Amino acid sequence: MKKTSLFDIISPIMIGPSSSHTAGAVRLGLLAKHIYKNTPKKVIFKLYNSYASTGKGHGTEKGLLAGVLGLNVDDRRIKDIFNSDIAKSIDYEFQYADNFKYHPNSVDITFIGENNMTIAGISVGAGEILIRKINDFRVNLTGNYNTLLTVYKDKPGVISQVSSIMQYHNINIASLTCDRNAKGKEASMIVCVDGVISDEVIETVEEIPEVYFVSYVEKLDN
Amino acid sequence: MVNTFKQLHDECISNNKKIFEVAQENMAKYADITVDEVRNFANKSLFAMKEAINSGMVSKELSLSGMCGQDCYKVQKRYKTERSMLGSVFEHVVEYALATSEENIRMGKIVACPTAGSCAILPSALIAVAQEFNLSEREQLNALITAGEIGRIISMKVSLAGAVAGCQAECGVASSMAAAAVCQLKGGNVSQILNASALALKNLLGLTCDPVAGLVEVPCVKRNPFLAIHAITAAELALCGVESKIPLDEVVDAMEQTGALMSPNLKESSLAGLAATKTALKIKKDVFG
Repeated sequence: MKKTSLFDIISPIMIGPSSSHTAGAVRLGLLAKHIYKNTPKKVIFKLYNSYASTGKGHGTEKGLLAGVLGLNVDDRRIKDIFNSDIAKSIDYEFQYADNFKYHPNSVDITFIGENNMTIAGISVGAGEILIRKINDFRVNLTGNYNTLLTVYKDKPGVISQVSSIMQYHNINIASLTCDRNAKGKEASMIVCVDGVISDEVIETVEEIPEVYFVSYVEKLDN
Repeated sequence: MVNTFKQLHDECISNNKKIFEVAQENMAKYADITVDEVRNFANKSLFAMKEAINSGMVSKELSLSGMCGQDCYKVQKRYKTERSMLGSVFEHVVEYALATSEENIRMGKIVACPTAGSCAILPSALIAVAQEFNLSEREQLNALITAGEIGRIISMKVSLAGAVAGCQAECGVASSMAAAAVCQLKGGNVSQILNASALALKNLLGLTCDPVAGLVEVPCVKRNPFLAIHAITAAELALCGVESKIPLDEVVDAMEQTGALMSPNLKESSLAGLAATKTALKIKKDVFG
């Protein structure tokens, strides 16, 4: 991952030992929590490849759980998270797998609760992460931007309606990613923006008849 | 935005500014914040670096694998009664570097600068030198920002990740940044600072990333004090007026090329080098079964 700002070079302040295997794991858990939003009954973490084989020595499992529980990368509680009171509030399980088609540092986080959701993420290096799939939808979330996620009926004009709402509220779109299951079926739209998205904007997007689901995912602090 | 060291040099000279001044002004512009806010951010990192040293100096706790965690204690014990051949700066650099590296591998709090595995090189050199010469926090911040700018410009060309370009891109860059920091602390001018960075990086080209059992422990923990001292050697030479015949921009190009030519087996995959030795394989089996 290329670093481009002075701040990136002299940070983050984090719990060691590895930016990809520890801090990256915390950020993946945290961003997954932001996406899921509800309180899960159970969380299943499926670790792949290097995450599976060297995770124990890097505190990767601890990082993932700590993130899902809402801790930041510099929280000293990460080290002893399995014995902490906050970890007792949910049920969790770790699974391990090899899959050469996956990035070396991959994890699938499955939330089980009111609704079930599987979030697939990778830790790309230097603490930078990428959520690449939510359930069956391909996405591209880094946690570096405030982001609006929508699922809608694939039909001409929905993308332009959403972007018009953004324009009306003077919000600059940093990136826009769309995907769909099949023509005319469910589609997803991921809108990363500069600045913040207000409740009013979210409600206006929800009012578009073709839109089934809207979720606002705030960027990670560090 | 400044993209090369040549541009940085020219911008400093034509505006009669130091590297940290250009860096903090550009960062403020980039993030749409004030220079004071940039310095406050850097100050938080500096504070966390000192905290990591303080915690590491008083701990003997082993890492998760049990391979590392007590070398700082050994070094401090000797220097309580015996003086280092190289004097007190050497003693403190080595102690602080081991303290910070060992904090990292026991899941303590550190500052990834630029990465977690190389987190001890810059702070140990910067803080030990600042203490020795009674340099103020303001001067320490100037040095940290100078170092950050060096790392930033290198990262424009090469990802600072062992998996991409080997350890030269992690500990190598950290040492290059530390050389700049120390040179700034000791009053080096723009050209001396860039020479210090070039001299440090140039002498670490080809450094592989072959950690035992895939963990950030062997050789990473002890590599940090080595390369902190390496940084001071570079700063000393540059302050004497010694120049790198190859300018820093070109040294970075050479690092990028060397990284690209390096076998993937030597880039964080732990498939060759130290990681593939008989002893390393035994350790791996003992740790992970």
